[in-house]
Amino acid sequence: MLTRLGIAGLSLSRGERRLFSDLSFALSAGEAAALTGANGAGKTSLLRAVAGFIRPDSGAVVFHDADGEIEAETARRSALHLLGHHEGLKPQRTARQELGFQVEWLGGSAAAMDAAVERLRLAPLLDLETRKLSAGQRRRLSLARLVAVPRALWLLDEPLAPLDEAWRGVAAELMAEHLAGGGMILAAVHDPLPVPARPLDLGGAR
Amino acid sequence: MKAVRALFARELSLAWGGGGGPLLACGFLLCLTAILPLAAGGDPRVLAPAALGASWMALALASLLSLERMFERDLEDGALDLLATGPLPLEAVVGIKALAQWLATGLPLALAAPVAALALGQPPELIALTGASAALGGLGFAFTGALGAALALGARRGGLLIAVVVLPLFIPPVVFGAGALTRAASGQSPASALALLGAYVLFALVIVPIAGAAAVRNAQG
Repeated sequence: MLTRLGIAGLSLSRGERRLFSDLSFALSAGEAAALTGANGAGKTSLLRAVAGFIRPDSGAVVFHDADGEIEAETARRSALHLLGHHEGLKPQRTARQELGFQVEWLGGSAAAMDAAVERLRLAPLLDLETRKLSAGQRRRLSLARLVAVPRALWLLDEPLAPLDEAWRGVAAELMAEHLAGGGMILAAVHDPLPVPARPLDLGGAR
Repeated sequence: MKAVRALFARELSLAWGGGGGPLLACGFLLCLTAILPLAAGGDPRVLAPAALGASWMALALASLLSLERMFERDLEDGALDLLATGPLPLEAVVGIKALAQWLATGLPLALAAPVAALALGQPPELIALTGASAALGGLGFAFTGALGAALALGARRGGLLIAVVVLPLFIPPVVFGAGALTRAASGQSPASALALLGAYVLFALVIVPIAGAAAVRNAQG
C-alpha cells in the first residue's frame, strides 16, 4: 500500500504556456491536500501529471510504499484513482454494466461493488442507461468505484461540485474513512474540502 | 485474467449493442457488391474476373467503418483514463480492443464476403478459401486499423484521417488475399499468398499494440 506521495521540483507546461515551476510537495498516509488556484492555474494538469498522463518539463513524482520507492507505472496501475470531470460512462450502457465493468477492470470484487452500491444508494439507478442520470448521480456512480476498489491515493478533480448538500455529507464521510484507513487524497477544489486538509495553492492563472 | 475478460466483454458489448456495428459493416459490404455490377455493367464476362479482387476491396472498405469508435469515444468521455489506470499495460488494452474489433466486425465480414463474391460470379468452389482468407485478413485489418484509430486520436474529423492513414496499410493484405484467390481460381496452390498474408498479420499483431499504446499515451498527455 502506498504510504507517501512526493512531488519534487515539478514544472508543467501546456502547449507553450508554463503553468507552474518548481513545485514541491509531499503527502503521507492519512493526509489530504486541497489544491486551489484560479481557473487555468493547472490544478487538473497537476492531477494528471501525478497520475502519469502528462510528462512534466522537469521534476518528478515519486511514490513510496512501506518498503521504499515504487515505480510510477506500478503505482498508476494499482494504487491510485483519478476522478475527473469526465466519468468515462458510456451513454448507451446501464449504470450496472458500467460500474460492474469499472470494478472488475480495476480488480474489485462483486461483494465490494454491492457494498458500494448500498453505501451510495445506487440500487434504484442501476438499471438506467447512464445518459439518463443527472450529473450528481453520475458522480455518485464514480464515487462507488472509489469505494468498491480500495486504492490508496485518490486524485479528485472538484469531487463535490455536482453533489447536493446531503450527498456532500456522504462524500465527506467517505473521504474521512479513506484517510482514517491510511489513504491519501489530493483534491482540486474551489470550496473547502470537508476533511482536514493541507493547502496547496497554485496561485493565479498565467 | 479477470481484467482481460472484463475489457473484452465490454468491447464486444459496445460493438454489438446500440450501433449494430457488425450488421452495419456487412450491410455496407453488400451495398458495395450491389453497386459494382451497376457501375461496370451486368455482363458476367466482365464481372467474374473482377469478383475476387472486388470482394477484397469491399472487405477493406467495410473494415474501416467502426474504427473511429475504438479509441475516440473513450478519449472523449474519459474512459481511456480509467483504462490506463487499470492493472494491464496500455499495450494489452490496445491488443484486446483490436481483437474484439476482429471478433465483432472482422468475423461477420468474413461470413458475408463469400456471399458477396458469389454474387459477383466467383466460382463456388472458392467459397471456403474466400471465407478463411477474409477471416485471416480481417485480423490484419483490425490490428492495423487500431493503429490508425490511435494515431488519429484527438484530431478533428478523425474518421476521415483514419481512412487516409489506414487504407495504404491495407494494400498488402488486399494484394495477398486477392492473390491467393486468383491463384486458386487458376488451379495453382494459394499457399504462398496465404503465407504472406499470415506474415503480414503476425507483423501487425506484434507492432500495433506497441505503436498504438504510444499513440494513445501521446493523446492523453
